[in-house]
Amino acid sequence: MADTAISVEGVHKTYGGKKAKGKEKALDGLDLRVARGTVHGVLGPNGAGKTTLVRILSTLLRPDSGRVEVAGYDVVADARAIRFRIGLLGQHAALDEELGGRQNLELFARLHHLGARHARVRAGELLERFDLVDTGRKPVRAYSGGMRRRLDLAASLVTDPEILFLDEPTTGLDPRGRAEVWSAVRSLVGGGTTVLLTTQYLEEADQLAGCISVVDRGRVIADGTPDELKSRTGGDRIDVVLRDAGQLGAAVALLPVPEAGVSVDVDRRLLSAPVTDRMTALSGVVRALEEAGIDAEDVALRRPTLDEVFLHLTGPGEVAA
Amino acid sequence: MSAYVLTDSWTMTRRELAHWARQPVQVVVSLAFPVMLLLMFGYLIGGGRAVGGAYVDYLVPGMLALTMAFGLEGTMLAVTQDLNKGVIDRFRSMPMADGAILVGRSAADMLQSAIGLVVLIGVGLALGWRPQGGAGGFAGAVGLLLLFRFAMLWVGIQLALVAGRPEMVQAVQILVWPVGFLSNALATPAAMPGWLGAVVQWNPMSQTATAVRDLFGGPGGEPGHVWAAVVWPLALFAVFFPLAVRRFRGLGR
Repeated sequence: MADTAISVEGVHKTYGGKKAKGKEKALDGLDLRVARGTVHGVLGPNGAGKTTLVRILSTLLRPDSGRVEVAGYDVVADARAIRFRIGLLGQHAALDEELGGRQNLELFARLHHLGARHARVRAGELLERFDLVDTGRKPVRAYSGGMRRRLDLAASLVTDPEILFLDEPTTGLDPRGRAEVWSAVRSLVGGGTTVLLTTQYLEEADQLAGCISVVDRGRVIADGTPDELKSRTGGDRIDVVLRDAGQLGAAVALLPVPEAGVSVDVDRRLLSAPVTDRMTALSGVVRALEEAGIDAEDVALRRPTLDEVFLHLTGPGEVAA
Repeated sequence: MSAYVLTDSWTMTRRELAHWARQPVQVVVSLAFPVMLLLMFGYLIGGGRAVGGAYVDYLVPGMLALTMAFGLEGTMLAVTQDLNKGVIDRFRSMPMADGAILVGRSAADMLQSAIGLVVLIGVGLALGWRPQGGAGGFAGAVGLLLLFRFAMLWVGIQLALVAGRPEMVQAVQILVWPVGFLSNALATPAAMPGWLGAVVQWNPMSQTATAVRDLFGGPGGEPGHVWAAVVWPLALFAVFFPLAVRRFRGLGR
């Protein structure tokens, strides 16, 4: 299938080998298909198997069973062919900390067999593109988190890979660093690169990915576009913020919405409820509040957040954030 | 094996050289350490042993062999550090030749050991050590020392791959000392209790030291010992090289 960049079928992985007893499975029959030229988000909490999946896709780890193809090649039989075509940005910086930025990029370019002159030129281009020209001879270990991440991303792009794996690319970055990584990812996709991105941040998947697979305990528990996933949790919601948190109980009782799906946040004086018909619900809620003399600060209709989607899919108590 | 083994190995060796250029102090310290040991044993501790000649002529070849054995620590530490850094993931996800990481490491370590030998031989000569074996004997002795270092290198790589974590290296480092000193590097087995002397004579390092002393024409050498100093390192290499390569290939399992 020429339009498939990544295909994963029924992959199992247990650390310590197949026969390891009592060990939890990192991947437990995971299936995934990523179309060429798209950004695919893999969303899940810590320990869901996201990193294991990326390590298998980037040929660092062998699956115990199942079929995995990247760029049309089998990860076990044709690992080398895959390595020519991928870039990897892992969770931890994959850089030589003792060397400088330019030295790192030249090293990786040479190991991609670009040749000395070409490697030098390529390193220069990437330093320019990621705003790292001024770092001079400073070793990477003296870099800030954002600079390190940019150099790491530059290092995964020395050969313009067909497929790029980003394992939690913005974990630990400040908002500015995050925005930088996001814009770099967007410009890559414009150039036709396929991106597989893992993240714990629902906003990140929503911002970057055209398609999302929600992963939990080594399996995909849901997938689709961000909008499809959102509509799966029962459509729109209405948020009401009261002036007086003490009236939340009374408000819940008299609102014309099913009481089962209502959630209350006392700190924010907020109650949130699923609705079936947007306009009927909105006017009904406003009227009911007026009649009961309850002061509202804000009443708004909205789509569910991915947090709510995730809670809905995995059950309560599963999301750390 | 790919066509790029040599190119990639050379690139990896250059990476080590770039590390040296970045940390000249560390390089100087690692070269100075055996010199310090030599001075310490030559002047502070040693001197009066029944070695059948000038102690310096006995000590210097022994220290050369001991330094080659201790090279194992440096190799082990460097490999463990590399394996525990994120950069190993980048190397392993790139289309570089399989063995280049290990070959690059061994080339750089051999180079450092060769430089270490030159420094130590220079200091030995300054202390009054006079090799008598002629140019051929001298070259042969240096060759045997480097062969022994090469065997230790692969022992070090295998131990690093098995130990895995830098904390484990310390444990091995502590063990390297008794094994290194349980040899004839500093004292002749004739001056030891019988059982200890027997252990010491079987130490592969003692084989190299004895053969090297013979080739340098100094005390403590035994003619006809060269074969043992060739066979022992080759045997160690034959065992540890395939183990290390297999272990390295299996990292992804």
